[in-house]
Formats: sequence, structure tokens, C-alpha cells
Amino acid sequence: MAQHTPLYATHVAAGARMVDFAGWDMPVNYGSQIEEHHAVRRDAGMFDVSHMLALDLAGADAKAFLRGLIANDVAKLVEPGKALYSCMLNPDGGVIDDLIVYFLSDTSYRIVVNAGTADKDVAWIQQRLASTGTQATLTVRRDLAMIAVQGPNARTKTWAAIPGSEAASNTLKPFQAAAFGDFFIARTGYTGEDGFELTLPSEQAAATWNTLAAAGVAPCGLGARDTLRLEAGMALYGNDMDESVSPLDAGLAWTVDLKDPNRDFVGKAALVANGARRQVLGLVLEDKGVLRSHQKVFTAQGEGETTSGTFSPTLEKSIAMARLPLGVAPGDSVEVDIRGKRLKARVVKASFVRNGKGLI
Amino acid sequence: MTTPTDLRYTASHEWVRTESDGSLTVGVTDHAQEALGDVVFLELPEAGRVVAAGEAIAVIESVKAASDIYAPVAGEIIASNEAAVDAPESVNADAYAAWLFKIKPADGADTGALLDAAGYEAAIG
Repeated sequence: MAQHTPLYATHVAAGARMVDFAGWDMPVNYGSQIEEHHAVRRDAGMFDVSHMLALDLAGADAKAFLRGLIANDVAKLVEPGKALYSCMLNPDGGVIDDLIVYFLSDTSYRIVVNAGTADKDVAWIQQRLASTGTQATLTVRRDLAMIAVQGPNARTKTWAAIPGSEAASNTLKPFQAAAFGDFFIARTGYTGEDGFELTLPSEQAAATWNTLAAAGVAPCGLGARDTLRLEAGMALYGNDMDESVSPLDAGLAWTVDLKDPNRDFVGKAALVANGARRQVLGLVLEDKGVLRSHQKVFTAQGEGETTSGTFSPTLEKSIAMARLPLGVAPGDSVEVDIRGKRLKARVVKASFVRNGKGLI
Repeated sequence: MTTPTDLRYTASHEWVRTESDGSLTVGVTDHAQEALGDVVFLELPEAGRVVAAGEAIAVIESVKAASDIYAPVAGEIIASNEAAVDAPESVNADAYAAWLFKIKPADGADTGALLDAAGYEAAIG
């Protein structure tokens, strides 16, 4: 039986089309995915992301433990509330999950992980805590809901909807968060637009959602969330990387921190030994059709594969992220196998739209 | 959702209208467009193509996914709707107005397996 977020009844009452996502019954759209997509690019939209899981790690060894657990280095976090995006790797260098860590203090961190990997992540982290003899406690926060409010007007509409939130969050820089009463307000997101991700007690989720809607924030489903993140060139776990793929081959080398030679982390030896064997670039389809995930790509340097593809509502073209041989470069012309036909595509950087503007 | 009673249907979500000259006009049902979501691309068969009953002859792609469209009977394609190709969203706006192709049934082509509106509604539950 599918799990329900605290906003399930709100979605159903609003007429959302519900689908299974990683074992959760989630809204895919409330009518038109494209209209919801445009609401986020042009104004403000919100997503129920309560299926993702918040974990609190607290204890004297929390910092040292995280430095060994994930590929990015939490030691660079010094400002309270500062966030870090990272992959958590297995010993072979494959990606167990991608996650965000918020620095609260050297002995206290909040970690947000994907829904589909949450159980596996918790088991892995608990096992690492035990095997390393770490003085820290992991608390699973299924008591919390998460609402992402995204778009150029997302912050001002959030401030209008939630009294007192402006003073608590108007000095936040991108990728920084602050506590506000029972709320945790982070200036983060997964759309390529400005905005907040609000973490709050589950019992306040429906009232907060309705207040945001009344302030003009459009309810958006996971369909729009996917087209928005793909336009922004942001990786989706399970599509763009998984346990068989190294972050160096998934376009995520920027999240792997090898600067401190004295820091070891799970998977480091494998990454250093293997190096980058593939690269991630964007594709724009020049023929008519729609790129999808796992289509074969033919380049002058050999074959590659799309990892995520869709029709871009902002660009009104079909786009994809693709894992390609080293040596392929933006500007190259390639072919993609779409249902047995080879269609022409142009290689670009894997970032198509940011802050409402097309980049290609 | 309404299912027009003057049309016939396939279990694979095509609607079929019999014209006065005996040709069949084919589109996808309202149920299909709603399940697909925003339609962004149509690939339709060319006039003159001879098709078999149940053959995948067209593709409809939404933002979400690609789906095949099947020939309801054997016959020859006599027209496809270029206006729908240029404005795929017209399928979402009115699935029963946005026809996709017209087919001239082969001699003896069997249309008996097509569903009536009540039969289609029962099929989609």
C-alpha cells in the first residue's frame, strides 16, 4: 500500500492526478503540467516534497563522521544554516544517494535524502555509525513535512503568507537556511529558480499549503518538478546516476572534494583509481520528436546514452542530459536513436534554463 | 468526462467515426488525453500507407511519455491532420475534435470488434 504525505488529502481535494512515486502516492499534476512549469519560471509554485526524508545527526563526532561518509566535505561549512550538496558513495565509488546537508553546528547537522532511497540510506548510515564507533545519534524525522516554494516571486509570496517569516529569512543567501519557530526555512530548491524549501511539523502542513495557495502560490505536481529540474541540469537519482555510476561519470565531479589529502571517505579510493570515464552533457533535439531517458546516442567518439529527456516547456524544444564519451564537446552534432530512427541533436552544456532565462 | 455516443471506440483508447463515404476518422479519447497529460508531439502516418488492423501507426507524446496509436481496422490511410501536428495541445483541448488520421477500410475489414460508448466506459472502469 502506497504511503501518504501529510498533504495527501489536500491534493486529492484539489483534484490532483495522483501517481505512485517511489512507494508514495503523489500528485503528478493538478491539471496542466506545462502551466505549473510556467508558474514556477514566471511567478511562484509549490511542491509537496514530504516524501523526502529529513535526518538529524547530533553528537561530538558528527562532523568527523560526515567527512568520512560523503564525497563533499562538510568542513567547508562554517556559517550556521549553510547547506552542502553531496553524493554518498559505496566503496566502489557508486552513488548510494545524493543529499543535502545543513550545518547547524559542529555537533549538529540535518541531512535530507531522497524518498526512494531513504530506508537504504538510514540502514547504511546506522551501519557506518556502529562500525566506526561514532559518538553521534541519527534521528529519523518522519514527523516533518516539506514544501518547496519556487519561482521569482516565491520568497515574497512566502513572506506574505507566513507572518514573521520575512525577518527570519530575508538575509539568507542561496544554499543557506534558518530556523523560524517550528519551521526550518532553506533558500534551496530543485528548479533553477530562487525560492525556499520549508520544513515544518506535519500537522501544520495543510494549513501552510492553503495559506500559500491563497497568497498566489500555484500548487505544482512532480511532473513539473521533473521538467524544471531537467531544464536546470540537475541530476535525478535513479535516472542520471545510481549505485553503478561514479559521480565523476555523472556530471557531479564538482560535488567531490579531494582537496584535503588527509580526509578519507567511502568510495574515495575507487574514484581516484578510476578517474572520469564518461561525461554528462546536454542535448537539444534538432529533428522533430521527444528525447527520453535511456536512448542511445551516436557520437564521433563512440556511443553514449541519454539519462533524462523531456520536452522543455520553457524552450519549446526537446532536451536531454546524456552520459557521453570523453572528447565530445558542446557544439558537436550527434544522433539519437528514437524508436529505431536516428534523429539529429546538438550537444550543449547540461544546463538549459536558469532564473527564467534560456541558456542555449 | 463525456464519451460521445455517436462514435465507436477501441480498448486501446482510439475513437472512430464512420463517415458517409464509408471512411473512418480516428483520434484518441478524452480519457487517453487526460492520462497522457500535456501533448507536445504527434507523428502521424502518411496518406497512401496500407496498414493492418492493430498495427502501431502513429505516436503521441506528452511531456510525460510516448504512446503508440493503433489502426482500428485494416485499410489505407487517406489523410492525416497536419493542423493537429502543428498544435498538439489541441488534443488536450478537445480530443474528439482533434482527429488524427482518416482510413479507408480494406474490403471486408472487420469493424465489429469496435466498442460503443457504454462498452468503452465499462472498459476504462
